[in-house]
Amino acid sequence: MSRTSRLPSSLLRAAACTGVAALALTACGSGSGSGSTSSGSGDVKVGLITKTDTNPFFVKMKEGAEKSAKAEGVTLMTAAGKFDGDNAGQVTAIENMVASGVKGILITPSDSKAIVPAIEKAKAKGVLVIALDTPTEPQSAVDALFATDNLKAGELIGEYAKAAMKGKTAKIAALDLAPGVSVGVQRHNGFLKGFGVTDKDVACAQDTGGDQSKGQTAMENCLQKEPGINVVYTINEPAALGAYTALKAKGREKDVLIVSVDGGCTGTQAVKDGKIAATSQQYPLKMAAEGVKAVVTYAKDGKKASGYTDTGVTLITDKAQDGVAAKDTAYGLENCWG
Amino acid sequence: MTATSTPPSTSAPYAGLKAPTTARRLLTQPTTGPLVALLLACVFFSVSTDQFLTGGNFSLIVQQVMVVGTLAIGQTLIILTAGIDLSCGAVMAFGSIVIAKMAAEGSLPPLAAIALGLVVCGGFGMLNGTLVKKIPLPPFIVTLGMLNVAFALTHIYSEEQTVTNLPGPLTALGQTFPLGKTDITYGSLVTIALFLLLAYALSSTGWGRHVYALGNSPEAARLNGIRTSRLTIGVYTAAGVLYGIAALLLISRTGVGDPQAGQTDNLDSITAVVLGGTSLFGGRGSVLGTFIGVLIVGVFRNGLQLMGVASIYQTLITGVLVILAVTVDQISRRKAR
Repeated sequence: MSRTSRLPSSLLRAAACTGVAALALTACGSGSGSGSTSSGSGDVKVGLITKTDTNPFFVKMKEGAEKSAKAEGVTLMTAAGKFDGDNAGQVTAIENMVASGVKGILITPSDSKAIVPAIEKAKAKGVLVIALDTPTEPQSAVDALFATDNLKAGELIGEYAKAAMKGKTAKIAALDLAPGVSVGVQRHNGFLKGFGVTDKDVACAQDTGGDQSKGQTAMENCLQKEPGINVVYTINEPAALGAYTALKAKGREKDVLIVSVDGGCTGTQAVKDGKIAATSQQYPLKMAAEGVKAVVTYAKDGKKASGYTDTGVTLITDKAQDGVAAKDTAYGLENCWG
Repeated sequence: MTATSTPPSTSAPYAGLKAPTTARRLLTQPTTGPLVALLLACVFFSVSTDQFLTGGNFSLIVQQVMVVGTLAIGQTLIILTAGIDLSCGAVMAFGSIVIAKMAAEGSLPPLAAIALGLVVCGGFGMLNGTLVKKIPLPPFIVTLGMLNVAFALTHIYSEEQTVTNLPGPLTALGQTFPLGKTDITYGSLVTIALFLLLAYALSSTGWGRHVYALGNSPEAARLNGIRTSRLTIGVYTAAGVLYGIAALLLISRTGVGDPQAGQTDNLDSITAVVLGGTSLFGGRGSVLGTFIGVLIVGVFRNGLQLMGVASIYQTLITGVLVILAVTVDQISRRKAR
C-alpha cells in the first residue's frame, strides 16, 4: 500500500510545476495581452457580451468598446454566445463577469425575453446593465439601451423605395430575419410604413436568418412564386447580396430595386457598385463607445445611465430621391463598419 | 517499479507479466488523466485570477454545468453501450417547451407538466433505442434523424416564442440556499445526486455490469444470457428521462422556456464524456469520469472568462483537450492489450 503514496506526491510535484509555469506565463503575458483585455488601471472592469464573436457587426462593436476602454483607462472583458440565440451561454457570461467584479455589463441580447432573469440578478448585485443594438423585453429590464432605431431604419428605405418607384405598381418581396426577433420585425414594419403599404401588399415574405445563401434561396423561391417582383426589402446586406445573385441568374438585376439595412463596409460597397439601391447605415462602434462611457460615469460618481439613446441611422445611396434625406457612398464608406 | 515488492498474483492473466500494483491500477484508470487535467487547470486559474479560488465561484461552475452535465450522464450510458446520441439537446429543448407551455398556459398543474416532460423525453429515448435495436439501425443515424424531428417539433409547438411567466415550481430548482458564505443552487445538488446514483448503478449492480458487457461485445453478452434488446432500449429510455430532468434544470436556470436552447449541447455532452475518459468504442469509462469531464469544460470557460480571455480561446482549448483525451484512451487501450 505504501506505493500509493507515489501518485499523490508526483501529482503535487506536477501541480507545483504548473503553478510555477502559470506564474511565468502570467508574468510573460502581462505585457502582450490576449487581445480581449485592454490594459487599464484595472480597478474598473467593464464587460461586453455579444451574440456571437464571429459576426463582423459584433467584432466591430468589440473594437469600438476596446478603443473606448483604452481611452478611459478601464479594463474590458468580452464574452459571447456560441451561436445567435445561445441564451444559456450569455447567462453564463453574465454570472462570470459579476463574479469577477465588473462595474457594468454591456449586452446584445440573443433572446430578448430569456435573458431578463439573469440581468435582474446582476442588477441586484449593483451592476449597471446596458443593452446594445437589441432591446430586452421588457425594455425596462436593463438600466439603459443604446441602439439603432430599427423602425426608423426601415422607414427610411421604405420612403426611398416608394420615391424610386415613381408611381409604378410595386410587387414587393420581403427577405426577413426570423420569426419573433424584434430587430427583424421592426425593420420590416418600418419598411411597410415608409412605403405606405401593409403585409397584404407583400407578394412574398421569407425568413433568411440574415444569411447570404439563405437570402439567395429565398429570392429564387420568391421569383418562382411571383416572377413580377420589382422591389426587394432585405433585413441586411448579406441577404441583399444573396437576392442580387438570384436576380442576376434570371437577368433581372437591373430592373429590380433592392433596399437593405446595416451599412457594413461590404454592403456599402455593394451600394456603390449598384447592386443594392440604398441601405440604412447603423453605427455599432458608437453603441459600444457610449456604453463604455456610461459604465465609467457610473463607476466615478454613481450616476446610472437610463432610458433609450438612439445612436443614429443614415440613408446611404448614390441615386438620391427628392424628399428623402440621404448621404452618398463616399460618406457611407468612411463611416461603415466591418 | 520492481515486482519483488508484491507476490505474483495467481489471477494475473498472463504469466510473466508484473502483477498490477495499486499505483499502476490508478495510472491505467481512465479517470486519472482527466482528474489530473482538472486539478492542473484549477491550480493554473487560482494563480492567474483572484476570483477563481472561492466557494462562490465553485458553486457557480457546478451551476453552469448542471444542464450539460445531466445530459452527459445519459450520453455516457449510451456511449458505454457503444452507441451515441446526437438528439439529446434537441429532445431536452422539446421537453422544456412542453413543460413550460403546459404549465404557463394552465393546461396542467406544474408538477403534472414536469411529469409529462419526463415522459415525453423518455418516449423519445425509447423510440431511439427501439429503432437502434429492433430494425437495427446505426445509433448515429437514428439520433441524427431524431435531432431534426425534436428540433422541428420544438419550433412548431412553441411558435418560435419564448415562454415566460412560469409558475414557481418550475423554477424552484434554480433557487439557492446559503452554505456558509456560499449560495448553492438546488439544481446543482440534483445533478450531483444523479451522477452518484448512476455511478453506483453502473459499478455495483447487475444492470451496470450488463451495460459494460453489452458495450464490450454485444454477441458475448447475448450468449451469456443478457437480454440485450431490453437492456439497450432501457438504456436509451433512461437517457431520455435524464434529458427530461435536464430540461427542468434548464428552465429553472434561465427562468423561461426557450425554443432556441440546447443547439450545441449534443456535441458538448459528447465532449464531456470523451474528456472524462469514456471510450467511444463502448464498454470502458464511467459517469464519474464524465463529471470530471464536464467540470473541465466548466472550469476552463469560467477561468478564462474571469481572466478576460475571449470566448473563442475556450473553444480552441476544448478542441485540443478532446483530441488529447482520445489519444490517451487509444494508447491506454493498446497498453491494456
